[in-house]
Amino acid sequence: MSTTDTADRAESEGTGPARPATDIEEPGKRGRRPREDGGILNVFAHSFLVLWVVMAAAPLLWIVVSAFKTSAEVLSDPFGLPSGLHWANFANAWAEANIGRYAINSLIILSGSLTGTMLLGAMAAYVIARYTFRGNRALHFLFIGGLMFPVFLALVPLFFMMQNLGLLNTRPGLILVYIAYSLPFTIFFLTAFFRTLPSGVHEAAIVDGASHTRTFWQIMMPMAKPGLISIGIFNFLGQWNQFVLPRVLNVGSRDDYVLPQGLAALMVQMGYEGDWGALYAGLTIAMLPVLVVYITFQRQVQAGLTAGALK
Amino acid sequence: MHSEVPPAGEGAAGNSATGNAGGAGAPGGAVSVATPPPPGRPGPRAPYRAPTAQLVLTFFLPPNLTPEAVKYDRRYRTLDKYRFISWFLAVPLVFYLLLVAWPFVQAFYYSLTDWSGYGTEFNFIGFGNYTRLWNDSQFWDATRNSLVLLVLAPVITLALGLFFAYMLNAGGRHRKNETVSGVYGSKFYKIVYFFPQVLSVAIIAVIWARAFSPRSGVVNPLLENVGLGGLTQSDWLGKYGLWVTLLVLCWSFVGFYVVLFSASMGSIPKEIYEASLLDGANRSTTFFRITFPLTWDAIKTGWIYMGIQALDAFAIVSIMIPRQGIDVLPTFLYLKAFRDGDAAYATAVGVVLFLLTLTFALIMMRVGRRDRIEF
Repeated sequence: MSTTDTADRAESEGTGPARPATDIEEPGKRGRRPREDGGILNVFAHSFLVLWVVMAAAPLLWIVVSAFKTSAEVLSDPFGLPSGLHWANFANAWAEANIGRYAINSLIILSGSLTGTMLLGAMAAYVIARYTFRGNRALHFLFIGGLMFPVFLALVPLFFMMQNLGLLNTRPGLILVYIAYSLPFTIFFLTAFFRTLPSGVHEAAIVDGASHTRTFWQIMMPMAKPGLISIGIFNFLGQWNQFVLPRVLNVGSRDDYVLPQGLAALMVQMGYEGDWGALYAGLTIAMLPVLVVYITFQRQVQAGLTAGALK
Repeated sequence: MHSEVPPAGEGAAGNSATGNAGGAGAPGGAVSVATPPPPGRPGPRAPYRAPTAQLVLTFFLPPNLTPEAVKYDRRYRTLDKYRFISWFLAVPLVFYLLLVAWPFVQAFYYSLTDWSGYGTEFNFIGFGNYTRLWNDSQFWDATRNSLVLLVLAPVITLALGLFFAYMLNAGGRHRKNETVSGVYGSKFYKIVYFFPQVLSVAIIAVIWARAFSPRSGVVNPLLENVGLGGLTQSDWLGKYGLWVTLLVLCWSFVGFYVVLFSASMGSIPKEIYEASLLDGANRSTTFFRITFPLTWDAIKTGWIYMGIQALDAFAIVSIMIPRQGIDVLPTFLYLKAFRDGDAAYATAVGVVLFLLTLTFALIMMRVGRRDRIEF
């Protein structure tokens, strides 16, 4: 029994030399163990993995289901299914609670700040990565040094600087701040990326008489596409979900709130009004598009968000 | 106004010198009739030099407006390179210096003053703010809470992340020709685990604030349903704010580390696992002797990153926790700066936060140092 088991295992692994080795020291014990181990561990592993799936998804599911409930149902029966699809919550969240407006504000800010971040970040990173000049290293350290400082340290001076520049509570102001605070990581990441690109193509372009600018746009940027996509996703989610900066620098009119701010304010407001259904509907509206985009591009998103830590 | 022809060709050594001097002195590069050196002239000759003023001007012009004269100067290539470098760096650098670097520098200075934030008058008071912090019990509470998060959040999150990642990558049953194999559906697990990472932290905070609500939340009924009715609380967020914050923080980052560690474990060569299996290692030995050491680099960076996240926690605490609940350092800073009008004092808190981050990162880098294993 044990011999067949051993043989079976050695065979299944496709490694010939395994056989003599197992025959020498207690063949039975070694032969059987990994199998049983595997079986038990498999069940064990799966139950824990499923448990965490529930942990991760249940709160979100609860919000989506609750979004269809009337306020009375939310209070009386937090677990139950809604009696019917109560679409009025969504209408309330969209119109009265202004979720649509907040989302549009976020989109406007993002369209400026993401473009700016990618453009300026790529430009600076390219020059730092591919050109030798005096102060190159110092500049690199200056940029990535920004990663060491918690944003809270700069918050107070930044607030008053924005006030002095007349950019407080304005969209351009928020866009510029988003760009500036995304630059250190973007440059850190893209510099490393540009350095890995082969220099042969670059040299060939120069020999063919392409200008520096042309080389950058037509040769290097297309080659850096995977890196640009990763960091683009990273910046998109980071800026879309940004809470601290707008909380401090965008406190003028409530109509100008970005989405995360709006949701936080909505919770306070609905707490007074007791209209929890509208809050859940608002959360659902804010949550679902991001989740759908994420599931569609999950490989890229995961790669983009963990890219920084892997470097 | 003297127009000059750039010296060209041989035997013009003196000519070249005068040309240069004239170029330097020429007002505003008024030279327009610069002629390129005739090509193909044999023999040695001094290099052609464009007037300096034009060279300077070129630096500020876009490449397609480069004056013809300059293009034939041998220094043009260097000039072109530096023009490109400075043009590309100028805007990012200005933004960065103005909006990031300068506020950081200012913060250190303001923390030594008594500036309220209103008006422009303030006095230099040395370390006054820091002595005030030393005696401020509210500050110590916030610091204690931040430190608890800093110590516990990375340990819990990374342990869970490693556990799940290992299960995903090596928890599967043995298949043919594979020593270690991932569980079935590992891709699905990773997708779901990652959900909290793509959601705004504001959304997460609102969801959990609602879940822990004593009246319409789900945590209390859930505890009752599983027979732990004794554990229900009437004020989760007020009384146990710190632990709820810790839970939410860990909850939202576990998925990130599962994905991160999975990638790192996936890059470990299969031969190493095969070899260890042949030597009779079981799974826990494999984990502690093979997987753990080989993912150590990712764990270390992950630890530092998670520590920084734990020191932040601003959105979670400020949205989820009611006013009478706990403070962490960032929320304490926010209140001092923007509610109490105590700007300088708040920057001192910021400096403390910075020093804490720095100390933590340095300790982690020293403790975590190991021989790097290349594979």
